[in-house]
Amino acid sequence: MDNPARAAICQGMEQTDIIIVGGGLNGPVLALAAAQSGLRVTIIDAITPDTHRARDFDGRSYAIALGSMRLLRGVGVWDALKGDAQPMLDIKVTDGRAGEGASPWMMHFDHAEIEEGPMGWLVEDRHLRAALLDAVAAQDRINHMTGRKVVAQLALGGKVEVTLDDGEVLSARLLVGCDGRSSGVAQRAGIKRTGWDYGQTAIVCAVAHELPHNGIAHQFFMPGGPLAILPLTGNRSSIVWSEQSRRAKEVLALDDGAFLEALKPAFGSFLGDITLVGQRFSYPLGLTLADSLIAPRVALVGDAAHGIHPIAGQGLNAGLRDVAALAQVLEDTKMRGEDIGSVIALERYQVWRRFDATRLAIATDTFNRLFSNDNPVLRGLRDMGMGVINAVPGLRRRFIREAAGLNGDLPRLMR
Amino acid sequence: MTTNTIDDQEVAKFEAMAEEWWDETGKFKPLHMMNPVRLDYITRQIAAEYNRDLGADKPFAGLRILDIGCGGGLLCEPMARLGADVVGVDAAPRNIPVAQIHAEQSGLTIDYRHGTAEAMAAAGEQFDVVLNMEVVEHVADPLGFLTACQQLLKPGGLHLCSTINRNPKSFAMAIVGAEWVMRWLPKGTHDWNKFITPDELFDLLKNAGLTPVDRTGYVFNFLAFTWSTSPDDLSVNYVTAATKPA
Repeated sequence: MDNPARAAICQGMEQTDIIIVGGGLNGPVLALAAAQSGLRVTIIDAITPDTHRARDFDGRSYAIALGSMRLLRGVGVWDALKGDAQPMLDIKVTDGRAGEGASPWMMHFDHAEIEEGPMGWLVEDRHLRAALLDAVAAQDRINHMTGRKVVAQLALGGKVEVTLDDGEVLSARLLVGCDGRSSGVAQRAGIKRTGWDYGQTAIVCAVAHELPHNGIAHQFFMPGGPLAILPLTGNRSSIVWSEQSRRAKEVLALDDGAFLEALKPAFGSFLGDITLVGQRFSYPLGLTLADSLIAPRVALVGDAAHGIHPIAGQGLNAGLRDVAALAQVLEDTKMRGEDIGSVIALERYQVWRRFDATRLAIATDTFNRLFSNDNPVLRGLRDMGMGVINAVPGLRRRFIREAAGLNGDLPRLMR
Repeated sequence: MTTNTIDDQEVAKFEAMAEEWWDETGKFKPLHMMNPVRLDYITRQIAAEYNRDLGADKPFAGLRILDIGCGGGLLCEPMARLGADVVGVDAAPRNIPVAQIHAEQSGLTIDYRHGTAEAMAAAGEQFDVVLNMEVVEHVADPLGFLTACQQLLKPGGLHLCSTINRNPKSFAMAIVGAEWVMRWLPKGTHDWNKFITPDELFDLLKNAGLTPVDRTGYVFNFLAFTWSTSPDDLSVNYVTAATKPA
């Protein structure tokens, strides 16, 4: 009986307060925040820790907005990350067209215009995962079950029961789905989804370049979709290249040299010569919104609740905002002695997050439609819009604060 | 548990009622809406009085708490979850099995009893905290009732008592608004004449042998559709804290 969770079942006690399905990024951060509030958490993770702990840089990284950094700091993982994090000091947004260079209209967001510091940091996937795994392992209130899947769930009166693929049954007061766009937790709870495909694919990779990036992030709006160049530590940058899916398929089939040649016309030459670092990844792009963020004894977080277009790099940050809001609702609920899985507690989370998440989904959808084309009329309109935003300091600062994740009703952990 | 003297049909009936008491969108919705702000006040007052850290696990462990007029257990369950040793008493006998069944579903141990504050005081029971929420405006003899509450406290114990103010605004809000217009409460739930002003309640508490230490208003915000506390606005719903001299 080496598993304390099983021993607790034998005693007929609830062994955990919250079951989180999904051991990616949102799941562990929520687990850490909830454990800090004194709640006991079990994470059900389909992946084994060895897979999480790939040691070499594989090309994947995340833009962590300032608000998200505060959350990571609050749950005690930022200290382990900050040495490997590249601050994002500046964002330049340009309406581009392959082979023609940048249009004269552009937006320039400089972190010096807000007091709080850099708008965000670029953190490599391997570092973030390792830091989260270490923090989870060090927290007594978290039971991290790896290589296990949920096959059934049932909300009953005062609790929710979850059956794992090996037949083990766990029960808790709340079940949280941090299990991504095709969330099984949402499906089993009967939560329907609304959404559509963009016919675009995101190609994600990293490049090393000759010249320093100076902490500047670039977003080029190309006819096939947006191209983001985000500064990593050293002379390296992360690329998120959205392309029409047909074209993306062709590009992904190329060998590394030919792939770089295909990237160069959009990338330009401002960072000198470029070489690939790590692998290439691709993700089909689509919008998927859960019709509800909650069901009896169930809450959805991150992509399980709202999978959006990566156009502004806001996907993970929106998920972390869910995490911070839910963690705060749970802490307040626990301190009042209320039932953390009750409808009245979950409603507080839904009311708080739903509007913001839907607004972001609509904004990214609209931006993508407005920019991912070569229509001369739209091009004129969007260039004028960018010119106006760039010329008005108040508007500009609003965008900077948005990029830093500081707008709206911020959870305590992000203040 | 002591519920085993009732038959299955009765249990089914009480389960349905338990669902009603705890249905956050049903006829007890106004109580559920008010519960977070009531609990904020109660938990903070108890934590301050007994030096407890609300962030800790089971912060109320070792405290004996009595909830008078416990209904379905909307306050008893949170107190038990926070670690207190809880007794809930209600004059309506049918509330007792309802509350017992729900506590069992929630995995909580709470001592629910059919009875009155006066009878319990006569039996010599003593508590660290007496919760007396939205009851005093329903009793025939408020001073006698509050005196019984005082007797139920250990020396130095804490008495939390909420009720509704008596003025034209409370008539408009609590009677016309809550009962006639919004139909949050059945007509006739409250008799405006039995409402008590904060000064009257303070006098009653003093005459009952308690020392009033705080009073705070509960204010309903129609735009946000939520309740919040206010130190100055005691015009309709309000709550008081009083201690029994050690």
